[in-house]
Amino acid sequence: MSDTVKVAKGENKIAAYAKREIGRVLALASLVVIFVFFTIMRPVFASWENVSDGILMSTVVIGLMAIGTTFVIITGGIDLSIGTTTALVAVIVGKLVQGLGLNVWAGILVGILIGGICGVINGLLITILKLPPFIATLATMKAAQGLALIISDLKPVMFTADVKGWDAIATGNIIPNFPNGALILFVGAIIGSIILNKTVIGRYTFAIGSNQAATQLSGVKVNAWIVAIYGLGGLYVGMAAVVLTSRLGSARPDLGLGYELEAIAAVIIGGTSLLGGKGTISGTIIGALIMSVLINGLRILELQQEWQYVITGIVIVLAVWGDNVRRRKTGEIS
Amino acid sequence: MATTQLLSLTGVSKEFPGVKALKNVHFDLDKGEVHAIVGENGAGKSTLMKILSGIYKKDTGDIVYLGKSVNVSSPLEAQKLGISIIHQELNLMPDLTVAENIFIGREDRRKGRIFLDNRKLNKATKALLEELDLVLDPKQKVGELTIAKQQMVEIAKAVSYRGEVIIMDEPTSSLTPAETQALFKIIRSLKAAGKGVVYISHRLEELSQITDRITVIRDGEYVKTLNTPETSIPEVIALMVGRKVDQDQRPTGRELSNEVVLKVEGISDSRLLSDVSFELRKGEILGFAGLMGAGRTELARALIGADPKTAGKIYLRGKEVKIKSPSDAVKSGIGYLSEDRKKYGLLLIQNLTFNTILSSIPAFSNKFGFLKTKPAGSITRDAIKQLSIRTPSENQYVKNLSGGNQQKVVISKWLTRDCDILIFDEPTRGIDVGAKDEIYKLLTKLASEGKSIIMISSELPEILRMSDRIAVMCEGKLTGIIDNKDANQNKIMQYATKFRD
Repeated sequence: MSDTVKVAKGENKIAAYAKREIGRVLALASLVVIFVFFTIMRPVFASWENVSDGILMSTVVIGLMAIGTTFVIITGGIDLSIGTTTALVAVIVGKLVQGLGLNVWAGILVGILIGGICGVINGLLITILKLPPFIATLATMKAAQGLALIISDLKPVMFTADVKGWDAIATGNIIPNFPNGALILFVGAIIGSIILNKTVIGRYTFAIGSNQAATQLSGVKVNAWIVAIYGLGGLYVGMAAVVLTSRLGSARPDLGLGYELEAIAAVIIGGTSLLGGKGTISGTIIGALIMSVLINGLRILELQQEWQYVITGIVIVLAVWGDNVRRRKTGEIS
Repeated sequence: MATTQLLSLTGVSKEFPGVKALKNVHFDLDKGEVHAIVGENGAGKSTLMKILSGIYKKDTGDIVYLGKSVNVSSPLEAQKLGISIIHQELNLMPDLTVAENIFIGREDRRKGRIFLDNRKLNKATKALLEELDLVLDPKQKVGELTIAKQQMVEIAKAVSYRGEVIIMDEPTSSLTPAETQALFKIIRSLKAAGKGVVYISHRLEELSQITDRITVIRDGEYVKTLNTPETSIPEVIALMVGRKVDQDQRPTGRELSNEVVLKVEGISDSRLLSDVSFELRKGEILGFAGLMGAGRTELARALIGADPKTAGKIYLRGKEVKIKSPSDAVKSGIGYLSEDRKKYGLLLIQNLTFNTILSSIPAFSNKFGFLKTKPAGSITRDAIKQLSIRTPSENQYVKNLSGGNQQKVVISKWLTRDCDILIFDEPTRGIDVGAKDEIYKLLTKLASEGKSIIMISSELPEILRMSDRIAVMCEGKLTGIIDNKDANQNKIMQYATKFRD
């Protein structure tokens, strides 16, 4: 008797979870469907080699940026500067590690911190100068792009073999057959998810995005938290830059522009509302994976790159439209 | 009589998932009649209006308009039939002119149908405004008008569709008494022109002035239709809530302590406030009366540091405190409950627990910044019980609660933060009669437990019923503080108009 009750209860819990998280369940389901489709078309698609190198590794940089951006977007803000900030962090770290012989671990740390500082600068522009996030980060996007070119003297910094271990950051295997880059992405996502859902800064992220004026009148130091949240987003951008240089073996000042829109697309496909107040890290990771799987699959089907862009555009429309239809049905939005 | 009937609804029902919003409701409207629909929040007034104006579809029932059975399938269809609605929240574009707003979507165009013909537009608007006897400039931007004037633009817009039925949802909720009278004048001229007006209002004292009949609905069900001259406000209220509510009460002799909790000295700001000083005692309800724009909300916002002060000192239990931001105010134990709860009080898209702990999140987290969810849930459940908040659980989204229950959620936020001084700005605005009574009882209970309350209110019966003392403001100055036993509506109005001509 008690066993059957338990089973029923367990089933109810799963059903309740599925109902509550229907948005993410559907996103995950579409990811699986797309994956299965490409596997049927070209079985090589599902090989571990393709999954780890072709899909996971190409998700890492955008995925890390998207985790940080999820926080920013949940506050109701936006960060356009993360793409060129990646380039800026990359060339600075490249100069320090390759040029000045900085230790690998110190290089990682410095990269993350510079990313964080760039985020803090955005936060300060938004709170102290009261610039709209779009404008503030558009300005820092241009500034970071210029600084990256100036610092690098327009030339990529190549990591040579005497910088030991830099390539292992992304391509090494702490877990056999599992690239470190992907490990960093998943650990980063878990940490991000815990911060978002279990900690004070995460709670204020939702509060500010739900109603900034009410949050401030409730005695929350909204400006300080906004700076902290953009700073937190910046730490992820710093990490993304480190992984990018490690994977490529070089730091290119021109690489990064446009990444911000891919990261934002991943966040949106993952069901985070641009209006703020709602969103999840797991959704964002699923969103980033959907984009990588599509690009990779279409490439394997030998579709031209131009068409890959078109299809990505269509997917963004379908994902957000589908999510809106569902939410309207459940009365979540009107 | 059948020939004069404009509109009749019989047996209208509407169900939403899990909620029966309307059950078998009847309503009819004659030519030249103002017919009020009253009921508490959640009684189904808005649902009924939305069915009439084509926003919702009825499940069952008949709508007969001008003798013909009709199906109002969309707002456009309603407009074509001649049913216009003026929503409580005005739907005007502030950067467009009066004329552009009135004829939006129906602009006259020059030959070639590309360029707008503004001269023709302004001329048509001028004729319309003159017909309604409204003093408005067609070329003025709507954003520069007062709320009352904007309301008139909405009415002109509704009339411009040349419909027979105009629905007004809480048209006086943000008007002064003089502006309300001006609105009534327009309504009377609409009546004279044979239009039918469906009138929804929380201000029951208006009904005897302007309506011919009153239909009461309660919990989605039709209760009764009354002829206005033959009824009274207490009867209407009794039908609305299903029990008697006393309208003219005074506080029942609370013992007041002499302990001064808050002392405010010479607060001024750069725009309106000038040298405001007062004291607030422990367990006291200090009412703030005054006309719109007297500076009461501005005073509250300056007090809690939401807006800057140019002068003034604040003493908390004898010690001076510097309050430069809302977070300083909260640290000093001062909580502010805005008149606009949705905009300044609540996280509508979050649940009760989130809202309840919003001011106290550090207290619900450990030293590493991790939230303690269990105590947050249990304190919210306690608050739900203590304040009798009607909600299925603490996980309900706040936007799904009624106005009265949303107000209680804001109160629970400040009680959780353990604030000793609560500033209520229009605590019962948008809250229906039955729930109002509950909020009053709650305020009294809080005061008797030793909380000190500043209550800003534009409703004099509310001020007289609740306040131990009444501070009256006019044009940014405090013009008098009256003990309740010496106060009456006339005296308050005298102080409230002291500096006016």
